[in-house]
Amino acid sequence: MAEVRNIEISDSAVRSAEAIDELQDLQGEKMTLNMGPSHPATHGVLRLSLELDGEIITKADPEIGYLHRGDEKIAENMTYNQFIPYTDRLDYLAPLANNVAYALAVEKLLGVEDKLPERCKYIRVICCELARISAHLLGLGAFAMDVGALTVFLHTFNEREKIYNLIEALTGARFTTTYTRIGGLSRDLPEGWTGELGKFTKEVSVAIEEADKLLTRNKIFIDRTKGVGVISRDEAIDFGLTGPNLRGSNIEYDLRKAHPYLVYDQLDFDIPYGEVGDCYDRYLIRMEEMRQSVRILDQCITKLPNGPVNIDDGKIVLPDKQKVLSSMEELIHQFMLVTQGQNAPVGEVYFGAENPKGELGFYIFSKGGGVPYRMKIRAPSFVNLSILSHMLPGHMMSDIVAILGSLDFVMGECDR
Amino acid sequence: MNTTEIGYNSKIEGNVVHTRLDTAVSWFRKNSIWPMPMGLACCGIELMAAGASRYDISRFGSEVMRFSPRQSDVMIVAGTVTYKMAMAVRRIYEQMPEPKWVIAMGACASSGGMYRSYATLQGVDRILPVDVYVSGCPPRPEALLEALMKLQDKISKEPHITDKKPARDRGLVLS
Amino acid sequence: MTAKQLAKKIQSQFKTITSDAIEFRGEFTVGILDSNQISEVCCFAKEELAFDYLVDLCTIDNDDETPRWTVVYHMYSYKHFQHLRLKVSVSEEESKLPSVTSVWRTANWHEREAFDMMGIEFIGHPDLRRILMWEGYPYYPLRKDFPLAGKSSEMPDVAFTDPIPLEGGPFVTTSGGQDSAGREPRSRTPE
Repeated sequence: MAEVRNIEISDSAVRSAEAIDELQDLQGEKMTLNMGPSHPATHGVLRLSLELDGEIITKADPEIGYLHRGDEKIAENMTYNQFIPYTDRLDYLAPLANNVAYALAVEKLLGVEDKLPERCKYIRVICCELARISAHLLGLGAFAMDVGALTVFLHTFNEREKIYNLIEALTGARFTTTYTRIGGLSRDLPEGWTGELGKFTKEVSVAIEEADKLLTRNKIFIDRTKGVGVISRDEAIDFGLTGPNLRGSNIEYDLRKAHPYLVYDQLDFDIPYGEVGDCYDRYLIRMEEMRQSVRILDQCITKLPNGPVNIDDGKIVLPDKQKVLSSMEELIHQFMLVTQGQNAPVGEVYFGAENPKGELGFYIFSKGGGVPYRMKIRAPSFVNLSILSHMLPGHMMSDIVAILGSLDFVMGECDR
Repeated sequence: MNTTEIGYNSKIEGNVVHTRLDTAVSWFRKNSIWPMPMGLACCGIELMAAGASRYDISRFGSEVMRFSPRQSDVMIVAGTVTYKMAMAVRRIYEQMPEPKWVIAMGACASSGGMYRSYATLQGVDRILPVDVYVSGCPPRPEALLEALMKLQDKISKEPHITDKKPARDRGLVLS
Repeated sequence: MTAKQLAKKIQSQFKTITSDAIEFRGEFTVGILDSNQISEVCCFAKEELAFDYLVDLCTIDNDDETPRWTVVYHMYSYKHFQHLRLKVSVSEEESKLPSVTSVWRTANWHEREAFDMMGIEFIGHPDLRRILMWEGYPYYPLRKDFPLAGKSSEMPDVAFTDPIPLEGGPFVTTSGGQDSAGREPRSRTPE
């Protein structure tokens, strides 16, 4: 009788794991990979110098500055109103929100933020929330496209085209709007615009639900984002993260609720925040923020009061053109405002607004006159990116794309 | 605008077309321009919008917007080119195979735009030979499509099969 | 606690090196007179007063005044929901002060940007190199004596710069408004 032999064949992973212990000296060197400034998956011009051990990242060094255009130096050479177009191009996915944040900062310096008419405040809130929906739509679309779900990108871009139609009717440009002015807005709402906005909020709710159905319970999406890019609560605060990135790490903090500006204290909305702090949480927060923005927009449409849109002060807001051409006082105001700008007091002020990407802050140090002596733009994407060199090591190379997409940064803002 | 269009009714003339070789090659080339999108800043968003479903750029043959310079015909420089980025843009242009063209999209790429500062290259034509300039800040996607059509006109008028020197020797490259 | 009380606590802890808190538009600024102790002040602010979030770190070039540099720290407390600003002056001969990266890790990139734009060095920074311009760029762009048009520089294979055509400079008013005639828009070229 032949004996039965017991042959054990382990699978390849087990065999290689046993082999590694014996072959320590034959382990390969680390590889340096340059994810260069021109890359489809980095959102904009970001360069990542990576050191890889196989698939695992051991060191990551982000290099920025490829879009540094010298905004802060330009700001020292422009009056306050002349600088508004440059603020559009900071976070170029939500230009209206940047305009509002800058106008509020300068109005705080001038001390006239209480004199803003109610209608102006409500219209500015509408602009901010429209910008928030627009920025999150593109952020999620690009995130999904990088992770592999291309359809979502085309759907969200379709919705953004509707937002562009609305913004074009309001300001004249699709984006890069330059809509606010110091002390008010450049023009009032056109006829029938609120009706169009009401129609839009219904359509975008449908689109958000469609994107939700495509992604939220998608096994592949969940596998690529759950547990990836975890930021703990202490790290989030220590690295200065703001916006959805901060709220993903179990911190319920939103500037619109903590330090309300404009009319946010009269509106009813919730702040979503996550538990774990991974990419999936940040995605869910952005989805929910879009729904809350729709809620805010609906309330604003019903509550929008009538009235003037600019502060009634010839030293801050350009007077009516008819009066400029016929009356001496208005002509002098127009001349002084255009050539010398608003006469700001000596002092310094910091104002931070809740932008879609995080806290956009303007620190203005003024020595009097119409030109700031120093303007510092506290860009949320600049601070959000600084966590990359701490967070990436330990992840695999294909997780980089998911992490970059979930951090949702814009290089125009980061480099200024 | 004198171009030799190839339009025919296959039922009458059959499936054979008689034309000059030059015209045929330029027709092929102009109707399948694959762009290399150098989307650097805000114009990149309008470039993406031109590629999305409303202003479909693939109607004009630019179906493949891959970010590989080795497989593309035209480089669309969309956005501000800073001095730090200039060498990278130049290097990617060098990697594109002939024949290649450049569209400078937007005010920043054409002339530095409103960013007159120490860090901005005043127009990408200081480092690359540009064929079409598109004005606007940002230009509408329809303007980009018009630029693509102008480039198609230009391609149809260029000689393709003649004894052609590479772009370097034609005096088109500013170094 | 309000920002005023928190500022008073810092003043009482560091009596000799702080000046009185100035209030402007509802914000409080505390001046720190000794730049070498900024790290201790920030550490105290974080540990005892719960200022766990550094909002911004900014530098100002005071041109002809001495001391030339002012470094501004904006802090925020998630416990008290209050902002506070600290200002430190650094002289041009020294151009150095301790880094606060050990207190808040977000200061890492902010200090790199301050070094890049103004040329102020931070002692104890783990990795002080340029962040927005490239390594080897010879100038500090945000200084007041550096023109907006830029200066030429050449680093082969890395980057080059040329002065841009500004035709006399931006024709804009100046800050530090004197009388109306002094504030007229003129062409401005430094030195």
